Formats: sequence, C-alpha cells, structure tokens
Amino acid sequence: MSHGRDTSPKPYGVVAEFETPEQLLEATKAARQAGYRDMDAYSPIPVHGVCEAMEHKDERLGWIVFAHGVLGFLVGYGLQIWTSNNFTLPFDWAGEWGLNGYAHNVGGKPLMSIPAFFPPAYELTILFAAFSAGLGMFALNKLPKPHHPVMNAACMIRASQDRFILCIEATDPRYDEAKVEEFLKTLNPLSTERVMTSEGY
Amino acid sequence: MSTNPTPVDQALLEGDYTNEKLDKAIGDIVLVQSTHNSPPIKAGPLKTSPWQIMFGIGFLGVNLLLVAVTYLVIEGIGIWGNNQPVGWGLDIVNFVWWIGIGHAGTLISAVLLLLRQRWRNSINRFAEAMTIFAVMCAGIYPLLHTGRPWVAYWLMPYPNILNMWPQFRSPLVWDVFAVTTYMNVSILFWFVGLVPDLATLRDRAKNKFAQIAYGAASLGWRGSAKHWARYEHASLMLAGLSTPLVLSVHTIVSFDFAMGIVPGWNVTIFPPYFVAGAVFAGFAMVITLAIPLRKWYKLEGLITMKHFDWMAKVMLATGLIVAYGYCMEVFYAWYSGIPFERALLHNRISLADAPYSWSFWALILFNVAIPMFLWSPKVRRNLAALFFISFSISIGMWFERFVIIPISLTRDFLPSSYGFYTPTFWDWAMFAGTMGLFLFLMFLFVRFLPLINIFEMKELLHQVEHDHGHSEGKGTDEDQKEAAVLR
Repeated sequence: MSHGRDTSPKPYGVVAEFETPEQLLEATKAARQAGYRDMDAYSPIPVHGVCEAMEHKDERLGWIVFAHGVLGFLVGYGLQIWTSNNFTLPFDWAGEWGLNGYAHNVGGKPLMSIPAFFPPAYELTILFAAFSAGLGMFALNKLPKPHHPVMNAACMIRASQDRFILCIEATDPRYDEAKVEEFLKTLNPLSTERVMTSEGY
Repeated sequence: MSTNPTPVDQALLEGDYTNEKLDKAIGDIVLVQSTHNSPPIKAGPLKTSPWQIMFGIGFLGVNLLLVAVTYLVIEGIGIWGNNQPVGWGLDIVNFVWWIGIGHAGTLISAVLLLLRQRWRNSINRFAEAMTIFAVMCAGIYPLLHTGRPWVAYWLMPYPNILNMWPQFRSPLVWDVFAVTTYMNVSILFWFVGLVPDLATLRDRAKNKFAQIAYGAASLGWRGSAKHWARYEHASLMLAGLSTPLVLSVHTIVSFDFAMGIVPGWNVTIFPPYFVAGAVFAGFAMVITLAIPLRKWYKLEGLITMKHFDWMAKVMLATGLIVAYGYCMEVFYAWYSGIPFERALLHNRISLADAPYSWSFWALILFNVAIPMFLWSPKVRRNLAALFFISFSISIGMWFERFVIIPISLTRDFLPSSYGFYTPTFWDWAMFAGTMGLFLFLMFLFVRFLPLINIFEMKELLHQVEHDHGHSEGKGTDEDQKEAAVLR
C-alpha cells in the first residue's frame, strides 16, 4: 500500500485465553502487578473489577449525558419561548426564512406560558440525554470499527461466547513478546497467542 | 457497579445451562432456519409451523392495512365513523390502546433494571421489541387522523415560509414530543442492548451473509473490558432516563383528555391511572406473547413459571390501581355535583337508557372481575388460565379507552347535540390491519434477532452458579468477595 506509511503487519500484543471470569480477573491483577500497563480484556459478559484492576477509569460519559440533558432542556424552553412570542431577529432574511416568533393568542393564555411549555422541554431533555448516552458510549468506545487487530487472534471468535481473554499490548513500555508470552503462560491459560496487526491496517 | 448481597433466585433458570448451551438455545433460533419449521403442524396435505402461520396472518393483516390506508388517503377520513359530535373514534381508542401496550417493554427493561430485578433478563428483549412495534402501530393513527398525513411534518417545529410555529400550549403538541421521543429512545435502548448479542451471532454464524449482516449491525463489538464499563454505565443511564420517560408518555397521553372540559375527561386521576393501565395492558400482552413463544422455541428453562408468577403479580397490582381509578371516576362524578358529570355517570352505568353502557360493564368484567383470579397462586401458575386472563385484560383495556372516548363525546352538554357513534368497516379494518402489522414485525424479529438477551442470561447463569456454590457450603470468604465484585 502506498499511503506513505508502513502498513505491513506488526506485533499487536499477546493474548491469553481463560475459561472463567474469575481467572480473567486474577490474570489481569497479576499482569498489572507484574508491571504491565497497556492491556485490555475481552469477555462475553461484563466482568466487574477488571477495569479497576487495569486502572482504567473514564467518567466522561456521565458528564456528556448531563450536559446534553441541560442542553435539551434549554433548547426545549428556548424554542418554545422564542416561537410563541413576538421576538424578531434584526435581519430581513429572518422573516423570509421563518425564524421569527409567532405570537398567537390561544384562549387568552399568556404568550409566556412557562408551565405549559414544560412537557416538551422535559421530553427534549430526555431525548438529548438518552441519545448522548447511547451514541456517546459508542463514540468513546470508537465504534463502529468493523476490524480490530486483536480479532486476528484465533480465540477471539469465542470472546463473544464463552471465553475470557486478556491481551497485553505491544504499546506497553515493558513489552517483550517472548517475556510476555512466558508470563501469561504462568497464569494457566487455555492458550496463548502472539497477535499481529493485519496487512494494510 | 454495586455490591448487592441478595442471592439470585435459583428458579429463574431451570435446567443445566452453560454459556455454550445458552448460545445454542437462544442464538440458534436465529441462525438455524429450520427452528422455525417446528413444531410441525399438519393441515391436510399442507405441512406448516406456528411461525409460518403467525407470519402469514401478520402478512395478510399488513395487506389489509395497506388497502385501508390507501382508501383512506384517497377518500379522506369520512370513511371512518367519526362525525359530529364524535370527532375522536376508534382511531384514538386504538392509538391509546397500542401505546399503552408498549409501556410494559420499557418498564421491564428500565424500571426493573434500576430495581435490580434479575427476572427481567429473559423477557426484556422481546418486551422491548413489542414496545417498538406497538408504538409504530400507535403512531399510524394520529398521523392518519390529521386527515392529511402527507403534511404530518407540520407537527414538528421548523422554520417555514408561513411564518408559523406549533401551538405549544396544546396537549396534542406535547403528545407529538412525548411519542416521538419515546419511539426514538426505545429504539436506541433496544439497539444498545442488542449490540453484544449481535456480536455473538456474528461469531457463531456459519453463512457468509449472516456473518456480514450481523457483523455490520454489531458495529465491531469485541467485548473489551473498557467498552463494557462504558456500556454498563450507558445502560444504567438509559434506564434512568427511560423511567421518567415512560411515566411521562402515558401521562401526556392522558393530558389529551384531562386538559379538556368534556365530562368524564377533566379528572386529575387520569395521569396515574393511565400509566398503571398501560403497564397492566403491556404485561398482559407480554404474557400473551411469551406463553406460545416459550413453547414453540423450547424456552421453558429460560422463561420459567417464576417469571409468569411475578408478571401476574405485577398485573394484579396495576389492575388494582386501575380499578381504584374507575372507583375514583365514579366518586368524582358524584361528588363534584356537576350535572354534566353526573349525567355522564348515568350514561356509563345505566343499562336501561344509555346505548353504550354495555361497554362499561364489559370493561368491569374484563378488567376488574376476571383479573381477580390472579390472587390465586394456582391460577398464576396455570398457563392456560394466565393466557385467558391476559387476553381478557387486553380486551378490557381496549374497552377502557372506548368507554372514555365515545361515551363522553356522544352526549356532552347540550341534549340537542347528542349523537351516536358507529365504527365502520374501515375502522375495524385499520384495527385488524395494525394487529397484523404488529404480528408481522414481531415474527420478523423472532426470525432475525435473538428474542432473549444472551449476554444478560450468561451473567445470570454465572450468578446462579456462584450462589449455588455457596448454598452447598463450598464458598470461601474469598469466593464471596469475588462474587460481590462480579455482581
């Protein structure tokens, strides 16, 4: 490939395959204790404690959702207050584009009907917050990503079924393929494998 | 995420399951086409299966719906029985009925998640699917009821050359926001729940097309621990957001009525009793669907009698709230002293001189009297009885909306403008058509997506095994600490 960068397969890491979540948790703790830092675990169910053992912490999602909830609420009230009153933008084109308010007397109700504007604002709060939770989660996880180097490991096909996999990645400062594999073998895995990135990836 | 020391009820999973067996039991329903040819049914020379029959009925219903909608669009809503003084007829009855049915799905997936009720795991997926399809069926009615569905986008606020905006003080506009938000958030929540299972299907699929389709749909999910952490965080937040959402949706639907001055509508009990009624109807539909699906797809070990028992209890509790609502309506009509409210009460209950009073008594029979059998544990654990009662509740909840809408509208304030409402063939065709659409979508879902949440069942299995170990005295302190962590 001639993208100006080297895309030949390179070592990605070493994986070890385990049978139970308990073994995976123990292995992760041991790997951390042995000084490895760049690693990830792959499992069919969330194994609580693994992230803590890897000292991975990311609490951005909660803040993202909170911010979007507030934004949804403000958009909801802002939209209704703007469009239900006599507000106009100081541009000629604003009227043509239909951006000005539409003050309209409905049964003598006030133009600024704050309580009546609550339900749509409430729904928009939830809409914005929920979509930021769902889409934000995928974005922070960098998904969709149809291919990932770790999928080159033979055991990964069962990571979504009944295998619990620990991968120590090549980016780790202490990474030495042979030593890592030797270390992982001491943890009684079902198998270990050296993983390469894909050609052209 | 939590350290909940309560042991998981062992009765939630019957039989000797392993992760592999769970994948097989749930995933292979989708991946092995022949599952849908069994159990075989012989009808003369024809060999068929429940899936084929239900899908066929659904397909016919969809065609009926298409015909009904086409004729409606050509001719206008005059083909329905709606007319002065009854502007809201079966279309709105069916809208409220469908949207109510949807509520159980969100309740099971969101509220029971927050309450850490483990029994939701095996029913939440298809209950959520039911929610989405029911809301789709519901949405068709108000869109067509506008009379010009091709300009339905006018309901949304957007800058336009008319310089007009929606009238935000109207509950009908609130309803647009509530229902569209509900629809979108339900689909999102459902999809988020599906992603790890789609990855399982991707990895188990043998045929190329399935691998590509599930591979694309799973977004490349690889079960990374870092991903799982955010995933669980997101699920919890989605549940926390869906709970106030589901409560607000039927509240706002009830505002469509309660904000009006029509006798029988202007009642403050409406929001809570609509929400309870929605959950009541929704659980009835979940049970109605779960009983046959469980049998046809041999899911007895996953959806156990314990599940039915608990669902029946929820139904009984919400049914009692609904019954309380009916009592309060009667009390309110009498206690208000308003002649129109009292006249409405008369129109509801007097079999002698009110033409629609039979529907009120049908409502009491189907919705209050028959569900009382659920007090008996024997009935709650008898599938035939449970199916019958759930079906009766679905009918009863339909009558509830019928009682609220035409009875109030046919006789409002002036005797000179009293009228009558008779649904036409097209009203019923639309209703049958949406039921067909619901079945059609439901059985497409059963064919192509896992109808039970696979990864949550694996989590449940893991916990059950752990707790089981302790109950036999095998567990050490170390084990217990670990179990707490894993939970």
